[in-house]
Amino acid sequence: MAKVHIPTPLRQYADKQSAVTVGGTTVAEALTSLVSKHPDLKKHLYTDDGKLRAFVNVYVNDEDIRYLQKEGTGLKESDTISIVPSIAGGR
Amino acid sequence: MIKIAQPAYDSLRLHGEETYPHECCGVLLGRFEDDGSRLVSTAVRCANTHKESPQNRYQIDPHELVKIQREGRQRDEDIIGFYHSHPDHPARWSSTDLAEAHWFGCSYIITGVAKGNAGITNSFLLMGSEDTDKEFSEERIVLLKQGAAQ
Repeated sequence: MAKVHIPTPLRQYADKQSAVTVGGTTVAEALTSLVSKHPDLKKHLYTDDGKLRAFVNVYVNDEDIRYLQKEGTGLKESDTISIVPSIAGGR
Repeated sequence: MIKIAQPAYDSLRLHGEETYPHECCGVLLGRFEDDGSRLVSTAVRCANTHKESPQNRYQIDPHELVKIQREGRQRDEDIIGFYHSHPDHPARWSSTDLAEAHWFGCSYIITGVAKGNAGITNSFLLMGSEDTDKEFSEERIVLLKQGAAQ
């Protein structure tokens, strides 16, 4: 089981929880478990064709999964997943 | 409405002066109040990682956000907003600010910095739930004297 930390804007779709414990041995399985528990999260995390949205960053502990094995990144019991929407802008 | 501890407010405005003519940026840690307002205890400074055009663009390394979220949890606080500066430009949200905003229900504070001096600071609440319906709504800033935000 891994713990997924939910960012503040998405908690309304996860019964207002700040973290959800999910099953799965990879990030893909963990996120699938997450959206099966909280289906309203799905459209905020994934595009219509099932890809993670470009502004959604996913970290396992302190590592960006883009620099690991992406959604195929393996998980250990003690791992924590952080979902972090991007922050950018400017005049 | 957003309530901000005075030291946090002073810090985010000073940050804009220190990074001028580049945009500064940072994270607001605090709590969501029962009445729907946000209470900021700390403004956490971040590096502007937009290397191509830091004078009119900003971005925060998501790894910094992961670390700040962790710090917040240890203090029973959450990320409730962000701030950045507009060097030699009004403290109003831009089309870029809106296009890049994804933290619904959070505050985006902007300080106009003219010739290196912090001017007006405004706060905008990101409303809506997705890219197609999102909008910024200006909100009142209430400053709290030191200790009141604890």
